[in-house]
Amino acid sequence: MSQFLLSLLSGMFIGGAAGYLGSLMLPKRMSLTAGPLGHLALPGIALALIYGFNISLGAFPFVILGITLIWVFERRTKLPPEALTAVVFATGVAVAFFFLPIEQAETALVGDILSIQFNDAVSSIVLCVLTFFIVGKIYSKMTLINISEDLAKSQKINVGKYNLVYLMLIALIVALGVKVVGGLLTAAIVAIPAVTSRNLAKSLTQYKFLSLSFGILSSTSGIFLSQLTSLPAGPLIIVSSAFMFLISMIFKR
Amino acid sequence: MGNVVLRVENLNVKLNGEGVLIDLSFNVHEGEILAILGPNGAGKTTLLKVFLGVIPFEGVVKWEKRVNIGYVPQRLPFIKDVPLNVKEFFQLKNVSESETKKILRLIGLEDEFLWKKVGDLSSGQFQRILIGWALASDPNVLLFDEPLAGVDIGGQESVYTLLERLKVDKNLTVLFVTHELSIVYRLADKVLCLNKRMFCTGAPKEKLTPKAISNLYASPVKFYQHKHKQGETP
Repeated sequence: MSQFLLSLLSGMFIGGAAGYLGSLMLPKRMSLTAGPLGHLALPGIALALIYGFNISLGAFPFVILGITLIWVFERRTKLPPEALTAVVFATGVAVAFFFLPIEQAETALVGDILSIQFNDAVSSIVLCVLTFFIVGKIYSKMTLINISEDLAKSQKINVGKYNLVYLMLIALIVALGVKVVGGLLTAAIVAIPAVTSRNLAKSLTQYKFLSLSFGILSSTSGIFLSQLTSLPAGPLIIVSSAFMFLISMIFKR
Repeated sequence: MGNVVLRVENLNVKLNGEGVLIDLSFNVHEGEILAILGPNGAGKTTLLKVFLGVIPFEGVVKWEKRVNIGYVPQRLPFIKDVPLNVKEFFQLKNVSESETKKILRLIGLEDEFLWKKVGDLSSGQFQRILIGWALASDPNVLLFDEPLAGVDIGGQESVYTLLERLKVDKNLTVLFVTHELSIVYRLADKVLCLNKRMFCTGAPKEKLTPKAISNLYASPVKFYQHKHKQGETP
């Protein structure tokens, strides 16, 4: 399989899964969380680049560590989580810059999907399919939790369990997303497709479907544009996605 | 009077070490419509959360075994963030389309409402939808948080009518919390005046005397007198 096709497929799957999960994060006001988590992953990405292993594998434990730290600090200090997120993610970026190989900084910061390896692509696609499946499973219950935790609890939904699964999925998508858009831009791949489809959707079914589609579409157009312009794919994916958002404003209901 | 469906004994709830509900004891009987009346901060919503079993408490709160609770929350501000139509809102509770249509008829809304976005409904329509949603699992007890809060005057009458009809049609036990006297007089068989402690309980027309009301609403928050030993700084 050609390198281009491999990149395109992985990009489409990761973009689609991120868009789909992002549609659950928007009502929970969590779209931006993926940003700091991506930044947090940078030390892991740096290690992966130095020792030449899969950057998602490097990113994932750091994202989990970050989520755990924020959770522990919040319980201990009762400070607002966004302030603690600022403390933790900035530290992540700072630490990464001590040892990030400067010639590979671009890969770490904005991603490099065009040079993805075969095994890497296959595992990413499998994980995306898994994410897609689990998100579909928890969608109704998570939507109810997003609307009102008390209402969900009155339906005997184990809110803690669902939130945990949901956080793990966010961590996974961030770890996969850094391949496509790097540590800097992960917030955008979950946030923009969801807001674009919010502008257009008349129902939850449409909203889910459109979020997924805009995720796939922005990856596809970004990767094609990268071929044409030889600019990096990650930023082009985000710019394409933002462009779709602008168009959706015209049709906003 | 029917069987006891809820028994509450010596209920205490503390938040950050401070008593929010103090020593409540009462019973609720089958088919009864109980209003829990009190000013803001009296612990009404806390009491509802105890009933729902979502916060810790001390004492006894015992529901009868057959009880199936439907909960109608006060407001759902976040629902506007989800582009959800009425049919999909009921699907979150696994209610089929045909069942949803039946409920819509029960709450006095036409079938076209299935396809309306929940965020576009008027306050009265939305409140009726929430009641319908709670009714979907065929409960025998309905818990209500401020049935008329945020419902505009035009919508209030439709909610009243619905609740009065439900009272006749389905021998439901209803517990609602409110700070509005008018709804208590109109709907409730029994009232429980609450301001952290129980101030009065019984039939609204008998117990809600002007004196009882001014006691409930005007009484300043009372502090416990701590006796200090001499020489100790208070």
